Parts: sequence; structure tokens; C-alpha cells
Amino acid sequence: MAKPIVLKEEVTIRFAGDSGDGMQLTGTEFTNASAIVGNDLSTFPDYPAEIRAPQGTVAGVSGFQIHFGSTEVDTPGDICNVLVAMNAAALKANLRYLETGGLIIANTDGFDEKNLRLAKLEKNPLEDGSLDKYTVIKIDITKIARTALQDSGLSTRDIDRSKNMFVLGLLMWLYNRPLDVTIRNLEAKFAKKPEILQANLRLLRAGYDYGETTELFTTRYDVKQAPTMEKGKYRNIMGNQALAYGFIAASELAGLPLFLGSYPITPASDILHELSKHKAFNVHTFQAEDEIAAICAAIGASFGGALAVTTSSGPGIALKGEAIGLATMLELPIVIVNIQRGGPSTGLPTKTEQADLLQAMYGRNGECPVVVICTRQPNDCFDVAIEASRIAIEHMVPVMLLSDGYIANGAEPWLIPDLSKYKKIKPNFLTEPNSPNGKLLPYKRDERFVRPWVLPGTKGLEHRIGGLEKQHETGNVSYDPENHEFMVKMRQAKVDKVADFIPLQEVEQGPESGELVVLGWGSTFGCIRTAVRELNNQGHNIAQVHLRYLNPFPKNLGDILKRYKKVLVPEINNGQLVKIVRDKFLVDAIPFNKIQGLPFNVVEMKAKILEVLGK
Amino acid sequence: MAEVSTLNHTPTLTAKDFASDQEVRWCPGCGDYSILKQVQTVLPELGIPREKFAFISGIGCSSRFPYYMEAYGLHSIHGRATAIAAGLKMIRPDLSVWIISGDGDALSIGTNHTLQLIRRNFDVQLLVFNNQIYGLTKGQYSPTSEEGKVTKSTPMGSIDHPFNPCALVLGADATFVARSLDRDPKHLQMVLKRAAHHRGTSFVEIYQNCNIFNDGAFFVFTEKETKFQKGIYVEHGKPMLFDNGKKGIKLDGTKPIVVDMSEASVNDLWIHDETDIIKANILTRMFEDPDKTDLPRPFGVLYVANRPCYEDLMKQQIQDAIEQKGKGDITKLINSGDTWVIA
Ligand SMILES: Cc1ncc(C[n+]2csc(CCOP(=O)(O)OP(=O)(O)O)c2C)c(N)n1
Ligand code: SF4
Repeated sequence: MAKPIVLKEEVTIRFAGDSGDGMQLTGTEFTNASAIVGNDLSTFPDYPAEIRAPQGTVAGVSGFQIHFGSTEVDTPGDICNVLVAMNAAALKANLRYLETGGLIIANTDGFDEKNLRLAKLEKNPLEDGSLDKYTVIKIDITKIARTALQDSGLSTRDIDRSKNMFVLGLLMWLYNRPLDVTIRNLEAKFAKKPEILQANLRLLRAGYDYGETTELFTTRYDVKQAPTMEKGKYRNIMGNQALAYGFIAASELAGLPLFLGSYPITPASDILHELSKHKAFNVHTFQAEDEIAAICAAIGASFGGALAVTTSSGPGIALKGEAIGLATMLELPIVIVNIQRGGPSTGLPTKTEQADLLQAMYGRNGECPVVVICTRQPNDCFDVAIEASRIAIEHMVPVMLLSDGYIANGAEPWLIPDLSKYKKIKPNFLTEPNSPNGKLLPYKRDERFVRPWVLPGTKGLEHRIGGLEKQHETGNVSYDPENHEFMVKMRQAKVDKVADFIPLQEVEQGPESGELVVLGWGSTFGCIRTAVRELNNQGHNIAQVHLRYLNPFPKNLGDILKRYKKVLVPEINNGQLVKIVRDKFLVDAIPFNKIQGLPFNVVEMKAKILEVLGK
Repeated sequence: MAEVSTLNHTPTLTAKDFASDQEVRWCPGCGDYSILKQVQTVLPELGIPREKFAFISGIGCSSRFPYYMEAYGLHSIHGRATAIAAGLKMIRPDLSVWIISGDGDALSIGTNHTLQLIRRNFDVQLLVFNNQIYGLTKGQYSPTSEEGKVTKSTPMGSIDHPFNPCALVLGADATFVARSLDRDPKHLQMVLKRAAHHRGTSFVEIYQNCNIFNDGAFFVFTEKETKFQKGIYVEHGKPMLFDNGKKGIKLDGTKPIVVDMSEASVNDLWIHDETDIIKANILTRMFEDPDKTDLPRPFGVLYVANRPCYEDLMKQQIQDAIEQKGKGDITKLINSGDTWVIA
């Protein structure tokens, strides 16, 4: 008998299991199916730090959270409505994210004596009444899977590995999602392993039918298409993937070959992986021996006329420092991507943090200004990569692009852009002498203070550049004291001048002046946006300003900030943007910091805003 | 208005055409002058247009070199010239790229990049000016300084065991290994020419006199009185003769021994085969203290091999990808995967 379907505006589900349980795949496929029905959504994968933490332990728990809705969705959700727990450790580690009254779907086989011991639980929470304030559905998924695939000829190990498909099928049924996308993706994924494919498909169906036939569930739910979403063609995109696509697009817009020099580091490696797949775009990917070689190779490629990119995370950026200084002196274009993670040192490699802003701004020897820009969410990365490349190439300057682990691995629907609407990127190439005496002046600047880009191989323009201080215009080595002061100020002026070529800052939402503005940068965007929107819906009148350009700031930023009585600056660090804002604009900005390797959640953001408002 | 030069006419260049307008500023008497001169002499003979040359250096006295060359040049940071040159070569295989480095630059702070460049076999010339000392920082011992060397940072003598540069790079599968000297212009020119013609990384160790901090370090190999007894000039296909033909080297199994030619026949001698890796290993290892051994130190092209260049393989992969998938279409790429339309 068909069960009634209840409409929901938004839902958050957290899939949690052992890192071998395939929770990331389960979550991703659920995401794909939700995207197809037109929900707005945001996801957050939460991996264990070790590749293979001991099975069954809390350290080995892998989670994937998806927040989807028929309303605007900007964050992966603070609190989930449904928790899938494949074993005791997964329940233990994730119960704190579940709302009171929320639904737990537990795989009872993961709660046997051994699993309880590994999770360091004395009693079985499924039996001892401790979960009374939740709705608990207990299913022996392992047993069902083994029975269903008894005749498949697969080993128990292979069968057990596919049991996540049962869970996926069940949730697809529960939330009325179509199965066809998943089926297509599984067919592609297991094209070379037909038996495994069959097993996965059978369990997916089994899960779906299980919901329909058992009496465990009395209702199903549905989340309709989000009407707020802009019209157009969409796909899901992850942050790092979007950065890679953005650089390919930028190289095309500039008419230059793309060069990536990189050394693997979490959470930046996926950019290297993605770009390595796209050699047919004249993409040169070089996995260097270390981060220093990676950026140096990029500098060499830039000297030779490529769009040069180097990608890393904080520890690798630290190693690149000296070479960033060289690129600053050479005044060659290069984009340095920092996918931030918890620090200092190796810190929390799989967790997110926004703590490299001061490193990006100031973390080099000498007076070494570079342009710094950041991305706010996965579907913003494509444009930010193009913008970083544009500034680097058109202004002959290193550009630091900041993202973080949360954006890098998170996925969102992305309105696929129309590339014909993008402005071409214009390299400042020079092929003729630029001085009246027929000589080349490699450091002669235009009205933007930009020097020409002269490619080796250009006849008659042979010249030498290097890291030693240069004489104005000729670029010859110069230790002249006045010249050094002039050049230091000139390099700063060149970076400051970029402010004339970026959009003015806009107020994201809320009033143009008033009581409070919440000023953010990077991945806190979604959380701040939701918190401010919800509070404003309740009758408050708070503004949100979110930065893309961190150095230079948009020219009107100071004016905007001064129009509000209070400026609140939330950051996933110990207070970095707040320092810079205070320094540049002399405003008494209030820091709000979280340093737990975790993003802010909406509840704490709202509480802080109310506290600052004195409510 | 400036005259537009005649475009299609490439006049024959001379050494002078490769001298930039910058004043050369090494200590008077420094071996670097000679090396600069030999490079400037050799380049016109290569038939490559001047604008196609790029000189990339690190930091050190020797690394000032690019400023003095009328060509494209990049003076970079300590130890990293090799990595920068690699990047340049990947994007611009059309350029003739020369890396200028010192023993500290290439074999201390930059050792790793040096070895990685060599194993990947980029088609570049890597000239290491070995003066067995840090010149620019005023006289500390270097990774090629001999044990016991007394310097500012080793008042009781260095306890570091030195690198043997040629043996080191042979260990990284170098495809061209040669050794020459600043004070033997003809020999150096010959070696540089061979290096320029080799496809792959040409490693050239050049003994260079730092007359300020390590004067005479190589005089036994460079001065008339001793050079023919203490050194041997090897040539492919020629027997190993030295000391004006009075002495030769014979292989006893894998052990080289010096024989007196008044007692031995040329037919017994080791014939230099620059393509033989086993013999190259023995040759580069003939390296003990010249006072303690009667074996002379070899100069010349010690080893040559043929191996694909990294940048060629990279271009090939790009071509293969284009052949297999067609030239990349960015609109197609961003529209790939599961898409849906919100109307
Ligand atoms: C990162 C860094 N560390 C140290 C130095 C200081 N430094 C400059 S050159 C040099 C050694 C130079 O020795 P070598 O490479 O043998 O060149 P030479 O001056 O003898 O030609 C050192 C240690 C530097 N410039 N950069
Ligand atoms: S210090 Fe030595 S190596 Fe440096 S320029 Fe003087 S003589 Fe040459």
C-alpha cells in the first residue's frame, strides 16, 4: 500500500559509518538525486584524519552531511534531522549533531559486542533507553544484504562492502528521490565489474522496496524544487573542481597555455588531480619534488609566457614564501592557491580553518605586497579562479587565492555560466622597444604601474631580470637608497592600484547603514547569510558584507563600514581580518572566533549577533 | 623615431654580441671571467639566434653570470635555478636554456632540485662552477670542500665528507656528465659545445678558481707543472694515456691501475667509452686526494646516454590527449556530468 507523502521545506541528513562503509559515495549519490529534482543544497564531507584508522573506532568514522531544501540553502546545516549510523562508533561521534526527536537509522550489526568495545561503549545505546528522545529504526543491514545476495557468488567481504547501497535505496524511498541517476552513475563506476554492479543495484532496489513493504515507516517525505533558484542549467560542483575548471577557462580567455606546478597536500591535491585529467586543453601539470620546486617551475613557466598556477595548503605556502618574493620582484604573473586547513605546522590537516590570511598578506621577507582574493563557496570558485588569473596577468603581480578545506570538498548546485559573456584577459605583451632610443625598458610602467611582459625569444628585446633590487625602468641591479625606497613604494602602489579594476563592495543583504554589519570573508559566507536572513525575517535589521577582495580592499569598504555603529567580524581563526580592518580603517570591529577545525553553525552565529546587538 | 631593424637578416654573431652592457663585477682574477668568455665564444658557433638563449641562475658569485650575457636571463633565488629552468623548458622547449650555478647553490641548498632535473632529463645545460667554497658569503666551506678544510665556519677543520659531483649526478641517471676547468679555455669550449649539442640534461662541472677565498684549490690540475701528471684528458675511443704519453691506465677487472708505458702496450690500456655506464662509474670515482694516489683525475666528457627529455614526453601526452579526446572544449567540460534545468 502506498504510504502518504509529507512535504518538507528543508532536511539535513548525516550519513555516518566506518571509513570503509562507503558513506562518501552514499552521500554523493543522494546529493546527485536531490540536485536533479531541483533542490538547493549544500554538503559537507567529514573525513577521518588517517587514511585507514582502525575499523570500528571513533577515529575511523567517516561522515557526509547534506542539507537540501525547496528554500535557499547556504550551509550544510547545523543540526541534522536524520542520522544514519552504520556502527556504534558512528553513532557515538555524531549523535551530537542530531536534533531532539530526530530519526536514527541504525545498522544493528554494527552494534555487536566487538563494535561496542571498539567504540568504547559499555552498554548498547540501541538497547539501554538512552536514545528515547529520538526515533530509532533498527535494521540488520548486514544480514539483509547477505541474504539478498546469497546466490550472487560474491564473497561475504564484497557483499558487506555494498551494504551502503541498501541505506541509499532506503533513504531515496523515504525522501522520494528518483533512482535513475544513481543507477547510471553506478553503471559507469562499475562498468568493468559486472557482478559488483549487479550486487549494488540489487541492494539499492532492496533498500527502496524495504521502505515500501515494511511497517517501519508510516510516512514518506518530499522536498520540492527550490523556486528561489535562478533559471538555467545546473550541475553539482565541488570547490577544487571548480577552481580547476576556472583556471582552464582563464587560460582560454587569456589565450595562454596553462601551467600548474604543485606538490600533493590535503586539501589542495584535488586541483592537481582534476587538471591532470584535462591535458587536451593544453594544460601542463607538473608534480614537482616539493612546494619550492612547484612554485619555481611556475615562475619559469610564467617567464616563458604561460598562465602559471601553483596550488597548496598553508604548510606548502610557507615553503613557497621566498619564491613569492622573487615573483614580486620579477613582476611576473602567478596565481598561488592556498586551500587553508588547521595549523600551525601540520595542525589539523583534514579540518578547515581560515588562519592563513595574515600569512597571505604579510608572510614574506621584505616589503612584499601581493594581491589577495578569496572564494566564498564551491559555486563561486570558478569565477574567483578566473578573476585571480585576470589580475595576475593584467597587473603582472602574484595573486594569492584563498579557499579552505570546507569549500574545497563541499558540493553545491552551480548555475553553468555562459563563457561568451566573460571578458577576455589581456596580457601586457611587448614585442617592440618601448623607449625613444630604440631600447627596451623592462620596468617601464604604464598608467596602472604595470611593466611589460617580454617573452624570451622576442628578437631585439633580450634582457635580464632577477631578485636583486632593480633600477626604475631599466631593471638593472641597483643598490641606490632612493631608488630602493621608490621601488618598494611603487610595488605597493601597483598592488593598491588594482583597486581601480575591481568592483566596488556591495552590501550583501540588509540596510545600507545602521546598527550592525556582519563582515566576513571566505567560507563563513553561507552561515552568516543564513543567520542574518533568519534574524532579519524575525524583524531585526542587520547588514551583511562579504569580501572577495582582501588586498587591496574595494575602495568603498571603509566608507561602508563607517556607516554602521558596530562591525562584527566572524572568522574561523583567532582574529585576523579583524586586525587588518582595524589597522586600515580605524574602526572598532568586534572579533568573533571559532578555532575548532569546524565551520560556524547558524545557531551560534545568531546568538553572537544578538549578543552584540545587546538583545 | 627608432629605426626598424632589417627583420629577416640574421648576421653571424660573434662573442661580443653576447656581452651585455653591464659592467662585470667579479673579483679581479676570479675564474668566472674565463668561463664567461668561453661561453660567449661558443654560443655563436651553435647557429641559434641570440634571442633564443635563456640563462637561469641561482644565488652566488657565479649566479651573477646572466647579467653579463646579452640574452634572456633570470637571476633567481639560492638553489632554485634548476626548478625555474624546468618550468621554462616545459612551456618553451624552443629555447636553449643554460643554468648557471655554484657548488653551494647546486649541491647544497639546491641538491634535490639538481638531482630531480637530471633524473627527469630536461634538455638544458647545467654548468656548476665548483670552487669548493662559498664565495658570495665570504668563505665558508662548501659541500665539495675537502675534509679537514679550515674556513670561517670550520676553524677546527671541516668534518663533512664532500660530494663527488660527477658521481652524484651519475647516480641520478644523468645523460651527460663532463668535467672541465676555467684555466683551460680550449678544453672548456670543447666540453661546452658537446654539452650544447646533447639532448637531455648536460651536467658540466667546471673547476673554478676563487682567488679570494680558496686560491689554488685546483692548481695541481690547471698549472703546467703538474696538470698532465695529476689529470687525464679522456676522449671517446682513445686509450687512457697521460703524463705526455708516458703513463696509461689499465683496468684490472674493475680496478684502474696506472702503468708505465715503457713497460706496457697501448693495446692493454683502457679505451675510453663514454657510453659505458659501468666504466663511467669507475671513471667518476677516480677521485681521491691527488697527493695520495697515483691515479689522475679525469677531465672531458665522462658519460653520455640517450633518454627521452621530459618536456618532449609532456608535449607528447598533451598531443595524445588531443588526439584521443579532441581539442579541449571548455563549454563542453563545464556542461559535463549530471545537469538539470530550472525553468
Ligand atoms: C635562502 C638563502 N640562504 C642563504 C643565502 C646566502 N648565500 C648566498 S650565496 C651562498 C653560497 C654561495 O656559494 P656557491 O653556490 O658555491 O657560489 P659562489 O659564490 O662560490 O660562486 C649562500 C649561502 C641566500 N642567498 N639565500
Ligand atoms: S669571491 Fe671568489 S668566486 Fe666570488 S667573485 Fe671573488 S674570486 Fe670569484
